[in-house]
Amino acid sequence: MRLNKILKNTLLVLLACIALSACATKKEVATDIQGQMQGDVYTGTDTVEYLADGVPDRVFFATNESILTTASRETLRAQAGWLRKNSSINVVLEGHADERGTREYNLALGERRANAAKDYLMTYGISSDRITVLSYGKERPVDSGSNPLAWSKNRRSVTVKAN
Amino acid sequence: MLKKILSLFLILLPINAFALIEVDITRGNLNPLPLAVSPLSIDENSRKSFQKLLKKENIGSEISIIVENNLKTSGLFNPLDKKAFLQAPDIANLKPRFEDWNLIKAQALITGKVNYVDDKLRVEFRLWDVLAAKEMMALAFTTVPNNWRRVGHIISDKVYERLTGEKGYFDTRIIYVSEEGPKTQRIKKLAIMDQDGANNKFLTLGNELVLTPRFNPASQMVTYLSYFKNMPRVYLLDIETGTQEVVGDFPGMTFAPRFSPDGKKIIMSFAKDGKSDIYTMDLENRIVEKITNHPSIDTSPSYSPDGKLITFNSDRSGYQQIYVMKNDGSDVKRISFGNGLYGTPVWSPRGDLIAFTKLHKGKFYIGVMRTDGSGERLLTENYYQEAPSWSPNGRVLIFYRETKTNSKGEGFSAKLWSIDLTGYNERQIKTPTDASDPSWSSLLSN
Repeated sequence: MRLNKILKNTLLVLLACIALSACATKKEVATDIQGQMQGDVYTGTDTVEYLADGVPDRVFFATNESILTTASRETLRAQAGWLRKNSSINVVLEGHADERGTREYNLALGERRANAAKDYLMTYGISSDRITVLSYGKERPVDSGSNPLAWSKNRRSVTVKAN
Repeated sequence: MLKKILSLFLILLPINAFALIEVDITRGNLNPLPLAVSPLSIDENSRKSFQKLLKKENIGSEISIIVENNLKTSGLFNPLDKKAFLQAPDIANLKPRFEDWNLIKAQALITGKVNYVDDKLRVEFRLWDVLAAKEMMALAFTTVPNNWRRVGHIISDKVYERLTGEKGYFDTRIIYVSEEGPKTQRIKKLAIMDQDGANNKFLTLGNELVLTPRFNPASQMVTYLSYFKNMPRVYLLDIETGTQEVVGDFPGMTFAPRFSPDGKKIIMSFAKDGKSDIYTMDLENRIVEKITNHPSIDTSPSYSPDGKLITFNSDRSGYQQIYVMKNDGSDVKRISFGNGLYGTPVWSPRGDLIAFTKLHKGKFYIGVMRTDGSGERLLTENYYQEAPSWSPNGRVLIFYRETKTNSKGEGFSAKLWSIDLTGYNERQIKTPTDASDPSWSSLLSN
């Protein structure tokens, strides 16, 4: 009787484990298919353009954040390297926000994001004279979708050649 | 300009001091007052003169339609169907047969007449209390014929004021941003229209991005943000002359401008090095003053009507919240403590409330709270809406609303909406294009 009960419980636990792991696997597969966001930061390459070979033009941010991710810092180091090699080129850092925020706050947030990128470029030796910051707030999305993936592509700072 | 052209004077008529009708403005549209707007009567010669001048077959009827629409959209009045009216307009204006108006359940009656006098439009109108069988008000205006729509708005304001005890908001204009084109490349222009959507006019060509126009409460000046030459800066625009100028000499982005209540200063944000602080500029002596000094984002400032306090939006607590401070930047207090994020605080012209946008669990709300943050009331919930602007009497809020796009990114629209402070009477305001960032003017005349 008792043993039976224990066995039954174990079985239940085992079944639960199988169910859970199945879930976990499924979820992983799902993120893999989408494969374009980590947390809510865009990690895909859909909208990315290149300033030069291996030098992506933009970095992405989490909702309401202006913190640079590891990937963003890597991108900006590549940009800094390219800017050092091309010392006559000046850039505009265009800061953007997604559509899920009030217009005026988003203008400020775009400015803050572009400045985060600017500060990082400066720590890699790029003079502030060569960098202009321009915030568009939520005025110039790249993806017009109303979904988390579209919003993640729109939360960005894009480095644009000014000359 | 317009104010000077429009002369307004009272007809001397004995009017009984107390009226029986009263409209409770705080109750919303639960029981709109049934009222009859009799078409303004017009003699045949005058009718023909105006028909030639204004291309309107019967200007008397046109003016009364404006009055009817205004009173109806306020949500406080229920204008009755003209087909049920028994008395002819000209006779009703002389002496209404109150039994007839009573029969169709009208509690108030508006009558009047229009004349063509010395190339001008002369309008007189009377407001009658049907139950008490008494005249409540009688006024006459003389103006240039082109002002006929404004005459309708002024009559509406007078009736509204007489029956509610508060100033109206019909003889006003709305400045907004007209939007066209795909969401990723919107073309935006400044546009202006009468409060009821008539006389729409574009003020800029759409060559550069323009945002957040706001009226000077004391004049026909507007301040707004323009990306002229890709430099986002606060500008001033004189609507009468069309002259524009940049406000202040700032090295970076200036944005979120608003006038002080006396119209003598502009308050705005200046963004630099990832920080946004609030500044004022005196329009007379051009002196710039820094009001906030904090590493956070401080933006969307709005003065209290007495000019002594400022409400603004800051993320100094970590997220967007609403704050109030003295006009010199001292005594900063956070007032929003509910769940979610708060933005776009705007002080009511009555002084007692602050309207705001709230983001909570993926929904956007327009709401109001007392100036100490208590008594939060959410008026409307939607996928996206923001930027409330008060009617000059502080009874109605206008804002804009955006729709969600489908999986292909199609189906986006932006429209203007208004809602009563009571949370009732939500209406879309029709615009020729998509629209956002509305700002309500003061009353053009009093």
